[in-house]
Amino acid sequence: QEFSCQIWGIFFLKKTFKGNLRNYWNFLPEGFINTQLFTRFLSRISQDSAGQFFSSGHTNNWAVLVCTSRFWFNYRHVANTLSVYRSVKRLGIPDSHIVLMLADDMACNHRNPKPATVFSHKNMELNVYGDDVEVDYRGYEVTVENFLRVLTGRLPPSTPRSKRLLSDDRSNILIYLTGHGGNGFLKFQDSEEISNVELADAFEQMWQKRRYNELLFIIDTCQGASMYERFYSPNLMALASSQVGEDSLSHQPDLAIGVHLMDRYTFYLLEFLEDIHPASKANMNDLFKVCPKSQCVSTPGHRTDLFLRDPGSVLITDFFGSVRKVEITTEAIDLTDPIKEVEERPANGDVHKEMHSYVDQLPVSEIIHQKPKQKDWHPPDGFILGLWTLILLVFFQTYGVKHLRHIF
Amino acid sequence: MFLSERRRGQLAALSIAAVVIIVGVPLWWRTTETYRAWLPVSQIKELAKLQLQLSADVEVVFARGTVTPEQQKKVPLTQTQEEERAIDGDLIILFLILLIRNTKLESKFFSCHVLFLPEDTALSESPCGSLVVYVIPESSSLLPEDVNVYIGQRRTALLRIGPQMRVGKTLEQLLAHLEPRIKQVLQVMSFSHNDITAALSDRVRFSPDNKESIADSMRAFKSSPGYEITFSLLNPDPKSHRLHWDIEGAVQTYIQPLLTKLSPVANFSIDSQTLYYTMLGVNPRFDTSRSAYTLNADSLAHVINPVEARLGSNAASSNPVLNFLLYVPDAQHSPLYIQGRKKQEVPSNAFHSPRWGGIMVYNVNGFYGSEPEFPVDINIDMAKVMGVFLAQLRLLLGVQSSTPPPGFLVARCGSTGLADWELDRLMWSRSVENVATATTTITSLAQLLDQIGNIVINDNIAQQVSSAVTSLQLAVAELEAGNLGFALQYSKEAILASEKAFFDPSLLHLLYFPDDQKFAIYIPLFLPMCVPILLSLLKIVSEARQRLEC
Repeated sequence: QEFSCQIWGIFFLKKTFKGNLRNYWNFLPEGFINTQLFTRFLSRISQDSAGQFFSSGHTNNWAVLVCTSRFWFNYRHVANTLSVYRSVKRLGIPDSHIVLMLADDMACNHRNPKPATVFSHKNMELNVYGDDVEVDYRGYEVTVENFLRVLTGRLPPSTPRSKRLLSDDRSNILIYLTGHGGNGFLKFQDSEEISNVELADAFEQMWQKRRYNELLFIIDTCQGASMYERFYSPNLMALASSQVGEDSLSHQPDLAIGVHLMDRYTFYLLEFLEDIHPASKANMNDLFKVCPKSQCVSTPGHRTDLFLRDPGSVLITDFFGSVRKVEITTEAIDLTDPIKEVEERPANGDVHKEMHSYVDQLPVSEIIHQKPKQKDWHPPDGFILGLWTLILLVFFQTYGVKHLRHIF
Repeated sequence: MFLSERRRGQLAALSIAAVVIIVGVPLWWRTTETYRAWLPVSQIKELAKLQLQLSADVEVVFARGTVTPEQQKKVPLTQTQEEERAIDGDLIILFLILLIRNTKLESKFFSCHVLFLPEDTALSESPCGSLVVYVIPESSSLLPEDVNVYIGQRRTALLRIGPQMRVGKTLEQLLAHLEPRIKQVLQVMSFSHNDITAALSDRVRFSPDNKESIADSMRAFKSSPGYEITFSLLNPDPKSHRLHWDIEGAVQTYIQPLLTKLSPVANFSIDSQTLYYTMLGVNPRFDTSRSAYTLNADSLAHVINPVEARLGSNAASSNPVLNFLLYVPDAQHSPLYIQGRKKQEVPSNAFHSPRWGGIMVYNVNGFYGSEPEFPVDINIDMAKVMGVFLAQLRLLLGVQSSTPPPGFLVARCGSTGLADWELDRLMWSRSVENVATATTTITSLAQLLDQIGNIVINDNIAQQVSSAVTSLQLAVAELEAGNLGFALQYSKEAILASEKAFFDPSLLHLLYFPDDQKFAIYIPLFLPMCVPILLSLLKIVSEARQRLEC
């Protein structure tokens, strides 16, 4: 089956390459001029000692963390996502700027011997499911459609703020995907898949609407590098845990819990991120060195050709943390009018306070000492009626009416 | 008549083939078509060129002593000046300045030596987007020595003639001398090349000449139909301080006038909250020279994140949120001062973060009596606090306070916090930004729908696109005519319609149909049906050829 999938993959690669090339050329002039202007811009910046304010061009950070697989034996994917969530929160991105999508609930799973925990280290050293995990899309809500809707912003108007990606043209976004994948696709929920072309198109729509300033895409699945092959929008940097044709392996099982706890790439990524603090100056070149082949068995890959800045000048906290730029307020306006009295209130003293009483929603005492209530008799409803009719019908059919005399 | 077996077979095959081709194929084509409503693609392409024409009316009034009565008769009544600038090669903006020259020799307004401009004496109210420039003689003492231009709170300016015009010169020389100076005034008060380029930063990554414009463009919020403002009082030490702030009255008195004045630009909603036991997250250092605790500029960046997790937001709307925090330090760390980067004092004791909001530190240790009994009741001085917040609000909303050119004196804005010409400036840049953003949205939507043939285009999307296109065309026309208020209104309507069309939930191209998958679906359906037909047709053809040969 895998073999035939690969055949299909090559087939449509040929057919659609022309289309994608057309897209690329459409954007080339604009992108070309942008690059020219931007390199002039950059050279001027490097001359100034302007500091961090102008080096990154972003003012806020967002993170979209997705775990796509369900079932208990995919515990490690949920643990992967939660450990990245934990790092990102620790480095400063608030919950309102994180969209966390977990396809299954491991912490409250019936097979979890330690409920309300998700561990990422053997011997249960680190519980990544802490006290304040906020999952925005859970269970069956994690679908390809919802994921693409979050990215492109095409959500129904009734969607609450916490489920939206409200980024603007000065937002740096981190997107982390994990699960089971193949050459050119990622499996969602064991029933559907997202292809790399769809993902690239979604990013292009984000770029058209200027929904990001820079985007870092990390994927930890088998053959993950195939998912970023098709990107064509500017300012994207991508990392994957394995190349095409390789499998990403899991790290270590925990004998008490009974499943593998983490994948190798994310395990070493978490170790790397634990050393980063909000004022750290580590850059992307360090991130590319995470999990070499000796530790990971698979070969991690990265793609930076669409990214305008040099990866060595990009700080880890530009994507994983949220370091705000601040300016001192030098001016103040002199206000001399006295405060107007707000006239709706009755003049001093007569404030009517409503008497609130405590509404007993769960009257425990009544429940415990409950006497059995007298139930009114109701005639039998539909099901019982139908069942008895059936029985009677069969009876009369079998025995006939004239034999009834013998029975009664 | 009896047809032979073979003949009947041939007729059957031919008629089935006919039915399949004439009835079946068109039926299949029509039923598997996706519904795509018509979009005004040609008009969208026309708009995408984005040739904007901005025109501002300037009325020039000559005071006594600037022109002689003979020259006054010869001054032309209107004069226009055009300036064409190309930005990034594909769009051209014309700055068209209509100068209506008016020679009123009213000088009684200028007899007093106080720097009150005639705007206070009930002259005609200048409409939105226009200016009045009063030209005063060089020897006038209305302005201080080194100041040549004074910009008032309403839409007026005083311009002093230069010393080279002292001796009676000809009218042409006078006009030639005045034109570039009036243009300079217009650049400060209405729009300049940098402002328009900054407003178009969506389409163009520009390389500005100075750092200020980059900071300005990054600091101000993007144009949005509404904003939410939240005022929060942070009290980390309720055991020591019992704080009272009259936020409702303060908002009503100080903030609401500014927001009412800005209502053509956007809607605002305000709420406030008090948070207890919320620390700043950064340890301040004790500075013995000032015997106070200090927070230096580098650690300010880490202050916001721990606090932001506690701030709520209005879940009902997706508007950008501006947060203004008032932090009262706890008793152990009072007083707390903010230091600039070069360790200088900050009089306002406040800082702001681009596109987020502002934080002010309010020290209350001065309110303790001689024998303070904790908790101390403290009434916060809202005028001082709101003065700082108002200044930060101005910066965050994009009312640029870039330094004016040398020789200019700008009047301080009144108690509303916004001068009329600053409002005009904001409206110019917002209109251009809205028009550019709406055009980009509509163009990319049309491109997207064109490329992906499988997306269904409903009627409501087509209607939104059409109304966006109409509003855009009206906005461009109003900008050309110089009606700034209407232009802004149409541009806002265009943005709303285009965003609604672009972000419509039904436009999700969910399933990507590569051609080989389409084959895989249709072959099992059509192949078993077509193979007998094809084979029998081939047999008919080969038999007919055989018969011809014999």
